[in-house]
Amino acid sequence: MYAFDFERPKTIAEAVKALGREDAQALGGGQTLIPTLKQRLASPSVLVSLNGIKEMIGVRKEGDTLIIGGATPHAVVAKEAGAYPALAALAGAIGDPAVRNRGTIGGSVANDDPAADYPAAVLASGATVVTNARQIAADDFFQGLFTTALEAGEIITEIRFPIPGKANYQKFQQPASRFALTGVFVAKTAGGVRVAVTGASEDGVFRWTDAEQALSSNFAAGAIAGLKVSDDGMIGDLHGTPAYRAHLVKVLTGRAVSAA
Amino acid sequence: MTKVTMTVNGKAVSGEVEGRTLLVSFLREGLGLTGTHVGCDTSQCGACVVHVNGQPAKSCTAFAADLDGASITTIEGMANADGSLGTIQQAFQDHHGLQCGFCTPGMVMSSAALLAENPKPTEMEVRHYLEGNICRCTGYHNIVKAVLAASGQDVSKIAAE
Ligand SMILES: Cc1cc2nc3c(=O)[nH]c(=O)nc-3n(C[C@H](O)[C@H](O)[C@H](O)COP(=O)(O)OP(=O)(O)OC[C@H]3O[C@@H](n4cnc5c(N)ncnc54)[C@H](O)[C@@H]3O)c2cc1C
Ligand code: FES
Ligand code: FES
Repeated sequence: MYAFDFERPKTIAEAVKALGREDAQALGGGQTLIPTLKQRLASPSVLVSLNGIKEMIGVRKEGDTLIIGGATPHAVVAKEAGAYPALAALAGAIGDPAVRNRGTIGGSVANDDPAADYPAAVLASGATVVTNARQIAADDFFQGLFTTALEAGEIITEIRFPIPGKANYQKFQQPASRFALTGVFVAKTAGGVRVAVTGASEDGVFRWTDAEQALSSNFAAGAIAGLKVSDDGMIGDLHGTPAYRAHLVKVLTGRAVSAA
Repeated sequence: MTKVTMTVNGKAVSGEVEGRTLLVSFLREGLGLTGTHVGCDTSQCGACVVHVNGQPAKSCTAFAADLDGASITTIEGMANADGSLGTIQQAFQDHHGLQCGFCTPGMVMSSAALLAENPKPTEMEVRHYLEGNICRCTGYHNIVKAVLAASGQDVSKIAAE
């Protein structure tokens, strides 16, 4: 690791100020960033830890919306997001217990790993990503592999999830990394059904709109029986071919609908 | 350099650290607590697991400077007050839950966290909870057996392998 300064602000305002320094970078749980720093793939001048900012940690419910602070660890979401059981279950199946105690929702969503779990929940729920500067709809937030709408120095302070009538996340785990080989989050919302797929596409998390239409008129696993998922642009690696992942998308969507 | 103060195994400690000083380096090199091992240094193996405020965390994947004020427990804090092995450690010895012993500190710390949260886990729950701890000697069967024994459950019917 290259050397860097370390700051641990107590408020969002202080963090934003510290992130104004040249080559400053936010630190969430460090479960992605610390391995990256060790490989010298990042060389910030200063790391600004978000872990001491109380206003960014915790889960609360306002009406039909579940609001999760940007620096809330996965383990806390697993325990406290009972009002949105599919989300709590997703958080409880990320990595292993030690990773869940430190990794945060803001870090995972900002990082936008193509095989990460949270992006599927954020996109399928039609959640709103709230930063220090603005509110970003999930549909505008994810922009491809490791790419989001966040500007330099902008931090996710909270994520607001409208709680769907029914929802379920099905993750086909890659057993060594425990990331999603493919994962499908299905949410039956007031505005229709939303289906978000992670782990499968070379462009990162995406909505399977054909399934959304079919399921909006008939919320049953059989409703997608006639649909085909193209393997065009699907990830192919030693764990699975593009065709295998395309197949998983459909199978997992059906399972999610049945379990929702 | 920043000054950090922590409680480690019940004792107040402090030291000067760089921003990039990992918790495991602070423990091993700063405090001489070499019971916590570095296996992979890539957040994968769990040999370095310690408790941070009672919860397991990989000490190779946390900065000391981020844990100012935290309470840390390491494997050195798991023995009884008289220096004899704690219940989980003793169960690992009794049931051959270690071969080379490299993964053992992390295994014991993760197991302790599991039993604090779930005092009578099933075999599947033990296996699931220990997913982030890798044993290069592959002695998983006896590790699981040791954890079940430490929880006070009868393991006499679990086959030797
Ligand atoms: C062994 C292992 C297994 C894992 N398994 C899974 C898994 O099954 N599923 C899964 O989804 N993930 C998995 N992960 C990744 C894990 O969930 C990470 O916690 C997550 O990807 C990053 O979150 P973090 O808080 O650790 O962020 P960090 O590593 O601290 O930061 C990641 C990036 O996000 C930025 N950042 C951090 N917080 C914010 C914020 N609030 N606002 C804006 N930018 C921010 C940082 O600057 C950095 O660029 C695993 C990790 C490990 C080590
Ligand atoms: S040394 Fe920390 S996880 Fe392997
Ligand atoms: S006992 Fe040798 S690595 Fe587990």
